[in-house]
Amino acid sequence: MKMQYFPGCTLKNKAKQLDIYARQCAEVLGVTLEEPKEWQCCGGAFTSSSDEIATKLSSVRLLKTAAEQGEALVTVCSACHNVVKQTNYAMQHDSVFADRVNRYFAQENAAPYAGDAQVYHYLELLRDVIGFDKVAQAVKAPLKGKKIAAYYGCLLLRPSKVIAMDDPENPRIIEELIRAMGAEPVIWARRNECCGGYVTAVSPEQAEKNSRKLCDNAIACGAEMIVTACPLCKYNLERQGCPIPVVYLTELLAEAFGVTEVQA
Amino acid sequence: MSHQKNNLREEILRISGVNVKKCMKCGKCSASCPSYDEMEFHPHQFVSMIDEGNIEPLLNSESLYHCLSCFACAERCPRGVEPAKLIDAVRVTATRRQGGDRIKPEDIPCILDENTPGQLLMTAFRKYKK
Repeated sequence: MKMQYFPGCTLKNKAKQLDIYARQCAEVLGVTLEEPKEWQCCGGAFTSSSDEIATKLSSVRLLKTAAEQGEALVTVCSACHNVVKQTNYAMQHDSVFADRVNRYFAQENAAPYAGDAQVYHYLELLRDVIGFDKVAQAVKAPLKGKKIAAYYGCLLLRPSKVIAMDDPENPRIIEELIRAMGAEPVIWARRNECCGGYVTAVSPEQAEKNSRKLCDNAIACGAEMIVTACPLCKYNLERQGCPIPVVYLTELLAEAFGVTEVQA
Repeated sequence: MSHQKNNLREEILRISGVNVKKCMKCGKCSASCPSYDEMEFHPHQFVSMIDEGNIEPLLNSESLYHCLSCFACAERCPRGVEPAKLIDAVRVTATRRQGGDRIKPEDIPCILDENTPGQLLMTAFRKYKK
């Protein structure tokens, strides 16, 4: 099976292990993730104001490419996923926004985009397309005895009517993956709270405070490790000195699958 | 309400898509907010002040730059009011004004360290700059 795959800017640079292992583990499961020939940064954050048009065009172009290929689009980074999903939702539900976007395409003599791309986060690919039972069967080196805290943060869950991946207050998709890998999920209170996100850029002490509360809570609940899909979450948690490792979910999956060779 | 105040109110309501009249003033948005301690005006106050057309104090408040857009307030509102979208609309209005950029390219070298993800810079520019 082949699918379109959007790594995004950070997975090409500071979060290469999130990208490389995502592709390798998908291959193990029989899915080839194909990067479009041309793509731009998703924009990093979705601006909910409906009169912001130009800043959302890169995401629309990506969605349009996938739709024209007739393939689903897979994302891994939480921020990319959030932006791409919210943009697709706006194209489907806000006709004024969609019309203004499509005027750009008309100027390029390109076909309009109707909002028909199917977008999966990597976790949804594992759960809904492949199935966690198949993931469990592919595990060669179970992560036995590891107590792992699934960290969702804000972007993977909210707004839930748009992202529609899991229950925003009691999510379980990452815990199910942790179990499929043979490890033990730790349930903790702050797993769906924000790390401080982009506020780090202008008010680092605020982000540090948020991230510290998160690490303290995960550790108090018995976690030996925190797993995330978001490079900014990992950065913020590590920046304030989280005493336990913060790893990407694809790194853990690669370890469980016995995929160790790094391809540049 | 003056004509000017009313225009600004209508503009914020239009671009946010929020219906402030649905608010029943339960305060759950502010109770859910992880930035509560950092904010001078809290999510529930954005809802009521925008409804009253009292928007200039919000436009000039540092509270705009402490909102994380984490959508906890929007998700937990029992009336579907989505205060995060109002804050985003006021912030966008503030950054679009002349001199409204909260971050500039020359600020970046002071922010960077060896692990800074591109995601942080992109997001910060999107949220803090026109």
